[in-house]
Amino acid sequence: MTVEPILVMQGIRKSFPGVAALKNVQLRLFPGEVHALMGQNGAGKSTLIKVLTGVETPDGGEIRLKGELIQPTCVGEAQAIGISTVYQEINLCPNLSVAENIFIGRFPIRGPAIDWKTIERESQTALAALNIHIDVTLPLASFPVAIQQMVAIARALSTAAQVLILDEPTSSLDEDEVERLFQALRQLKQKGMAILFVTHFLDQTYAISDRITVLRNGEFVGEYAASALSRLDLINTMVGREIDEASYAAETAAQTGSVAADPYVSACGLGSTGTMRPIDLDIYQGQVLGLGGLLGSGRTETARMLFGIDHTDSGTIRVGGEAVKLNSPRKAVQHGIAFCPEDRKTEGIIAELSIRENIILALQARRGIFRYLPKRLQRTIADEYIQQLGIRTPDAEKPIGQLSGGNQQKALLARWLATDPKMLILDEPTRGIDIAAKLEIMELVKAQCRKGLAILFISSEMSEVLRVSDRIAVLRDRQKIGEIAGKDADEQSVFRMIAGAES
Amino acid sequence: MNLSRHINARTLPLIVTSLLFVALFGFGSIAYTGFFSAQVFINLLIDNAFICVVAIGMTFVIISGGIDLSVGSIVALTTMVTAALVEHHHWSIWAVIPLVLLMGAGFGLLMGVLIHAFQLQPFIVTLGGMFLARGLCYVISIDSISITDESYTQIAQYRLMLGEETFISISALIALAVLAFAIYLAQYTRFGRTVYAIGGNERSALLMGLPIGRTKILVYTLSGLCSALGGVLITFYMLSGYGLHALGLELDAIAAAVIGGTLLTGGVGYVAGSLVGVLILGVIQSLIAFDGTLSSWWTRIAVGVLLCLFCLMQRLFERGSQSFSFLFSYWKKPAEPSNNTDQEASKACLTQVTTRTAA
Repeated sequence: MTVEPILVMQGIRKSFPGVAALKNVQLRLFPGEVHALMGQNGAGKSTLIKVLTGVETPDGGEIRLKGELIQPTCVGEAQAIGISTVYQEINLCPNLSVAENIFIGRFPIRGPAIDWKTIERESQTALAALNIHIDVTLPLASFPVAIQQMVAIARALSTAAQVLILDEPTSSLDEDEVERLFQALRQLKQKGMAILFVTHFLDQTYAISDRITVLRNGEFVGEYAASALSRLDLINTMVGREIDEASYAAETAAQTGSVAADPYVSACGLGSTGTMRPIDLDIYQGQVLGLGGLLGSGRTETARMLFGIDHTDSGTIRVGGEAVKLNSPRKAVQHGIAFCPEDRKTEGIIAELSIRENIILALQARRGIFRYLPKRLQRTIADEYIQQLGIRTPDAEKPIGQLSGGNQQKALLARWLATDPKMLILDEPTRGIDIAAKLEIMELVKAQCRKGLAILFISSEMSEVLRVSDRIAVLRDRQKIGEIAGKDADEQSVFRMIAGAES
Repeated sequence: MNLSRHINARTLPLIVTSLLFVALFGFGSIAYTGFFSAQVFINLLIDNAFICVVAIGMTFVIISGGIDLSVGSIVALTTMVTAALVEHHHWSIWAVIPLVLLMGAGFGLLMGVLIHAFQLQPFIVTLGGMFLARGLCYVISIDSISITDESYTQIAQYRLMLGEETFISISALIALAVLAFAIYLAQYTRFGRTVYAIGGNERSALLMGLPIGRTKILVYTLSGLCSALGGVLITFYMLSGYGLHALGLELDAIAAAVIGGTLLTGGVGYVAGSLVGVLILGVIQSLIAFDGTLSSWWTRIAVGVLLCLFCLMQRLFERGSQSFSFLFSYWKKPAEPSNNTDQEASKACLTQVTTRTAA
């Protein structure tokens, strides 16, 4: 092909205090292609997109659209020259109607007033192109997230853009919806639009992209034709070191250190009317117990009962052989149980505080405010965990919000490890972080386990549960339906168990 | 038009407020002789014209997600400046009124710039504006200045006859004109819709390429302008300027907006609702006046109870609408998930990774 690229970014540099987010990054987009931008968390994908859409101003480099030098300084400007963006988190106004969300910022005006009729009609058409048929006059908030995401896409499409940027648009869509989106993208591609697609899902990358640009640590690694780059090669280029794909997919858990004879925590018939049917669980020190099951099967609920967040009305819990009543998280902490909740952003990190403060939080809370940890000690503890867990940061005083997702997760892990727990509950510790960081987290989990910690591991990615766990308790419909030893299990056997319990 | 389609969590508070007004007015008509007349109704407008205008400005601010505590003080300052210029300096009212309107708008503009440019909390900035403007009143005079200027009193006392016995004042007409313009501004202009968008989610509005800064500054300018106009209307009503005029008016304006269905968190509300809110405050006052045995402070008690009830009601409606939303069928053909076989089960497990909901 001798087609000229529509968009060329060259030598883009951008630094934030303490970090060089982009170092000499380049990107080419051709009309009529879907171009995947890949990289781990912290590789600089989001920053690159922010530079392109005018949210951030680059420190150096040039952006050319159709050969002309551009320098968008605000989002409106980027939109006006034909660069539309759909962001990862839905950036629409929930209080406005669907139609309004699609057209706001460029309302058609008839006479002195906004032409609502045209807006409603054209919104309907725009959504119909994505095969969505809804009442566009209703507020956006009255629709589920997937629909909202499609509305955001419809908005981007209706701006008659030449360049469409999709920043992880599929993270809230189900398979069917993703396919619908892809159909729409293929149509747009045929019309000659250049589409930049950012995602963490390898399957989706290969399903839709023509070419792939890989970033690593803020640097440009390469640009490849999707058909010429195997999955394994892609992962290797992203991670920058060799990873055996097979080992990632389903390495059965190697037996770990010595397992205590008696369970540390033993739940018997633990249940809560309406949320969870009675469940028996034994969690041993030196062992990882995985909770397997589909979404809504009761994984998080189980964890919350064990940590005393949710009220239980049947069954008993024994900790270290003694019957206890865990009716508040405080009690659970006193018994050496620690809990990493699943929503890292809202229930985990405190973004404005430094890494040190975030790590020290749980330990200080356990000691009470009158036994203040001297700052020097705090720093020693923080530095120790930063080193031990490999948290990538210039120093411990950096606000944690500036770290990438994987490093934030490690800091959270450090927070609980610092309290020296006997048992650790990890709810979705690998959500929203890239493959290499996932592997690292899983390794850390296993390493802690070898040191004699009892771990309850929850993940919606079955391959991870299989990889980490010594034993897997399989849940379905808020009920435990069985237990498998990790080394005997593969995805198929777990799924068979879940499917079999249906009848 | 399908009426039921327009009844949702957003419009319901407004509908309930309107019904409440009708109920209160109806109660008065039955309980007190002479209550049921067009004049009593119009008097509500005449007596509360200034609150109405101020509440309209406040509604814009609240919809944008902010708050303006300075309105009462700007009203007082306007009355002082007007009275001083007209009485002590014998300016023509045609010069004074544009000047004070400009002053109010300028005051609002200044606060808007502070709020936007330095990312300050509207609460604090306008609290500062409130003290500043109230203080400036006493620089002019610590006493009340009555206005005796002839052209001024003529306008103030002019009555436009509507039929045999009913009349309406200039102030009420101005308030209605402001209301009509505000509805146009809120519903049919880019500025108005941007205000709603900012109140809904400021960051989203920014990422959608909307002019956030300009709009926010303009919202406070508009509120300042409305306050100044409210001040002019008070001078028509009271024929005086005084530093103690409109004490606590900002809270009445907020109350009127909230009773009229505007959410304090921003993004939701109707300008027309604030008029109904003002009318409800007025009708409670009238009821108490007609009764004759109750102290006028009962108005406050009634307003307090109403405010709490309305906030509660809005929250309940919101909860209600959330559970309704699941009933909407939005896809053309709903896909039935089934995971009977291994293959489908593994598929389901893959998709759940992409699903947002927590387990």
